[in-house]
Amino acid sequence: METYTLIVLLLAATIRVATPLLLAALAGMFSERSGVIALGLEGMMLGAAFASAAVAAVSGSAWLGLGAGIVAAMALALLLAFACVTQRGNQVIAGMAINLMVAGLGPALALAWFDLGGQTPQLEAAGQRFLSLRWPWAEAARAHPAPGLLYAELISGHNFLVYFAAALVPISAWVLYRTRFGLRLRAVGENPAAVDTAGVAVNRLRYQAVLISGALCGVAGTYLSTAASSGFVRDMTAGKGYLALAALIFGKWKPWPTCGACLLFAFTDALATRLQGVALPLVGVIPVQFILALPYVLTVLLLAGFVGTAVAPRAIGVPYLKEK
Amino acid sequence: MPMMSSRLCLALLLALGVAAHAAAKDFLPVIVYDFGGKFDRSFNQSASEGAQKFKADTGVAYREFEITNAAQREQFMAQAAKRGATIIVAIGFTQASAVEKVARQFPEVKFTIVDAVVDLPNVQSINFREQESSFLCGMAAALASKTGKIGFVGGMDIPLIRKFALGYVEGAKYVNPQVEVFENMTGTTPAAWGDPTKGAELAKSQFGRGADVVFHAAGATGIGVMQAAADAGLLSIGCDSNQDYLHPGSVLTSALKRVDVAVDKAFTDARNGTWKPGQLVLGLAENGVDYSFDEHNRTVLTPAMKQRLDQARADIVSGKIKVSEYKP
Repeated sequence: METYTLIVLLLAATIRVATPLLLAALAGMFSERSGVIALGLEGMMLGAAFASAAVAAVSGSAWLGLGAGIVAAMALALLLAFACVTQRGNQVIAGMAINLMVAGLGPALALAWFDLGGQTPQLEAAGQRFLSLRWPWAEAARAHPAPGLLYAELISGHNFLVYFAAALVPISAWVLYRTRFGLRLRAVGENPAAVDTAGVAVNRLRYQAVLISGALCGVAGTYLSTAASSGFVRDMTAGKGYLALAALIFGKWKPWPTCGACLLFAFTDALATRLQGVALPLVGVIPVQFILALPYVLTVLLLAGFVGTAVAPRAIGVPYLKEK
Repeated sequence: MPMMSSRLCLALLLALGVAAHAAAKDFLPVIVYDFGGKFDRSFNQSASEGAQKFKADTGVAYREFEITNAAQREQFMAQAAKRGATIIVAIGFTQASAVEKVARQFPEVKFTIVDAVVDLPNVQSINFREQESSFLCGMAAALASKTGKIGFVGGMDIPLIRKFALGYVEGAKYVNPQVEVFENMTGTTPAAWGDPTKGAELAKSQFGRGADVVFHAAGATGIGVMQAAADAGLLSIGCDSNQDYLHPGSVLTSALKRVDVAVDKAFTDARNGTWKPGQLVLGLAENGVDYSFDEHNRTVLTPAMKQRLDQARADIVSGKIKVSEYKP
């Protein structure tokens, strides 16, 4: 019974850790499928984390914070699109520039506005943060462990943004494969010249894709600062943008496999937290350093062994120049 | 050639300016914070409070630096020393190599390092017996726990944090030999001091295993730990600074490490000419470490618990209770 409880709690933690990864990875999917490298995910997320925490602290509303996070990340996305699409700049450099800029700008603005050494004020629980939603009968269901605990911990008890991220996977799949916009988006990442010939504006489509990517990063960043913790601190994305990019490649730029990759990364991370200091049969207590490296080791092994060749959208990283 | 000479003149002028400045040397204290920053509501903030107290008491302004990458430590210290700093206080063990290097270059400048030992004639090393305050916090945790299971979340996995953990476990076992302690470290790089999301996740994993009190020694990461405890309606124990005010009623107590006292003392001694190089170790007996009790945790730290803690405190000072020190 104890083992069962531990497994359910482990899966619940997996969902919490996977949420920002999934949001960022899907954001990256829209951008990369249109042919724009999504190296700016980290920066857009961090920018959103800062903006949402700042606005939530000042206004007292988590929802206004979410709006501010989305607007901030979309503004950064617009900048990225301007550099990559309109100016046809190097997309890797433009993405890194966004990351570096936000890494410095966030704490600098926080210092200027709040004078708390690059942090935002601590958010109050009521109203300023996205708290766990208790679903009906969740507490009563705990009494019946087998399905009840599963319901109470896995389905109930998360915040709004987690459910949003979960719903986003089928929605993205539908948009990508079942709508005209999705068809054009995929085409523009493979063969922009053909899309252009068909009379569709390539650059406009890419702008739209990058802006969608910004909006989703906005939600991811908001999750980090107003749901998973209570305020912005320096470098709080801690490489999640890059990890999301890895998940996207691992998932071969497709929504469901990407979701699977995010869950796998999150699972290894959650497992690593729980294996620390636990004596395992045969091997005993594993050193912390090894446990902490586990998610990365596993990632490398999986990427090397199981994923096969991941074929990127063909036109990725190539700015489109309309023939004159 | 004229270009050359004008540059030479400029350089000479600048050199003269520096010399003149150094000659009219005022007392200039400098403090360099560690990663996590001055407002981490924990270790560095405590140091900052000490510097502020010194300024309030003496009216002497101090210079401070917050680093954003490792290379800046040495840069800042050398720069401060060049600009006529009298004493440079470096906060945190990660600054040891930078202090050692810069202290050799500027033998006339006084250096004080907190949490590390640098053996040079112009360096004062201040360390704390964190195991003693952690012992008291472990006792408090075991006394307050209803499940008999308690947690510990460390920042970076280093001997200093192991020292906290060991004292905490010993204190808990002193009250309840059957107590179960879950120990987690956040990471193995300095980034582990500033990851509240991960801190919250670690705390939640311990709550899931039945812990109902969690102690953090993790700098800004600990803010996430304490938030998770408050969200779950459980208890947390703060670290370094008095963090009882962060979530009144959810913070059982805080393991105080009086970095503020150390900083204030280093500045004041340097000003009065009583500053001495060498090693200083501050524990309960020297009021260097303690547990906190104020209006914010009065509701959770009951008089009965306080009585036991105060008794143990006296016993540690008198040597009746021996708290072991972590040996790597």
